[in-house]
Amino acid sequence: MPWDRNQMAARAAQELEDGMYVNLGIGIPTLVANYVGDKDITLQSENGMLGMGPFPFEGEEDPDLINAGKQTITELPKTAYFDSATSFGMIRGGKIAAAILGAMEVAENGDLANWMIPGKLVKGMGGAMDLVAGVGKVIVVMDHQNKAGESKVLKECTLPLTGTGVVNRIITNLGVLDVVEGGLRIVETAEGVTEEDLRAATEATIVN
Amino acid sequence: MDKTVSSLAEAVSVIKDGMTVMIGGFGGSGAPIELIHALIDHGAKNLTVVNNNAGNGHVGLAALIEQGRVDKLICSFPRSADPTVFTERYKAGKIELEIVPQGTLAERIRAGGAGIPAFYTPTGYGTEVAEGKPTAEFDGRSYVQERWLKADVALIKGELGDAHGNLTYRMAARNFNPVMATAAAVTIAQVSRIVPLGDIDPEHVITPGIFVSHVIEVADPAQEEELNRAEAVYP
Repeated sequence: MPWDRNQMAARAAQELEDGMYVNLGIGIPTLVANYVGDKDITLQSENGMLGMGPFPFEGEEDPDLINAGKQTITELPKTAYFDSATSFGMIRGGKIAAAILGAMEVAENGDLANWMIPGKLVKGMGGAMDLVAGVGKVIVVMDHQNKAGESKVLKECTLPLTGTGVVNRIITNLGVLDVVEGGLRIVETAEGVTEEDLRAATEATIVN
Repeated sequence: MDKTVSSLAEAVSVIKDGMTVMIGGFGGSGAPIELIHALIDHGAKNLTVVNNNAGNGHVGLAALIEQGRVDKLICSFPRSADPTVFTERYKAGKIELEIVPQGTLAERIRAGGAGIPAFYTPTGYGTEVAEGKPTAEFDGRSYVQERWLKADVALIKGELGDAHGNLTYRMAARNFNPVMATAAAVTIAQVSRIVPLGDIDPEHVITPGIFVSHVIEVADPAQEEELNRAEAVYP
């Protein structure tokens, strides 16, 4: 059985270590916060907050207290607020250890595309281009294939790029792959998914 | 010195057709809804607007766009829960879009306010946003040159303000507001409460008054998300 969204998020949470400052993107990456357990992780939200707390209880939402996905969240005792220029200063300045982001396409050289589909409306890159340019490690979490069953893990991206050679690790519903010299290396597969299944679902070059 | 003004109409009266207007906020958080609505009432058109987003629903920035006042939008993320207004005008070719990575947008504004005409950033190198821009290598890595961004007017939202324009903000509503305050010839701040000089601890001033031209009190400011839940339409 391939992993579901929550299992992918739980797998991504294993990448995080005590003491890390981490930025989580919109979608499945947001769910990663549910699986950090006892680890001492500080979440950065690029709209200007360090120390993001969990979602509020109903009736306690504050529209001035939102994450980068514009969901209401809560403060923690360690929380700090700052302006957008300071926020991206810490991102480009290398202070954020890891970013976990969604993607439309990833290529075997680490290229990432996740901000627009030509001919359709521009979604916008938001902070994604700055994050991939500045953080220590970029982990992509996404479905391995699109709705038509085509691989999103490609030899070359077809969509406009968010960054070139920026992705370090790819976590999909089928398994985990690392970007290495010459292509991608399989780190593990989801339970019940074989390496052959993973290779068959992947357009990118897989190296041993 | 007294920078307080008593009406929203007076506050936005300096805005002329064709001006560049920075509007603070990240989505609805920190968006100066009352100032934007006053700008709609005021009538200035052919505006270039700088905001992180492109409006949501039919209030605030979305309403300004819906009224046909915005010729060009500079933003990082045009999609929202209800981006219908922007989307329709964009598809109809009635609004120009300059899309800028969020950190580059913030730094261009910061540079504009700090007298730095251009800077190099790693963001966007090798992508469409770098096309046509100078690049350079520093210590073995490639960077893109980006230029400062300045405005005629900035509309921002704070929490507390005093007669000298010293401001504080509330939680994540700070976002682009303090940087935009520095980058405009005229900065107009709406605050939830105007307090006597000295009531804001000098250690806690986030935007020093030198960056602020006018302060207006809007107690209990509207929140975009709440207006949208009520399906509000402005005007």
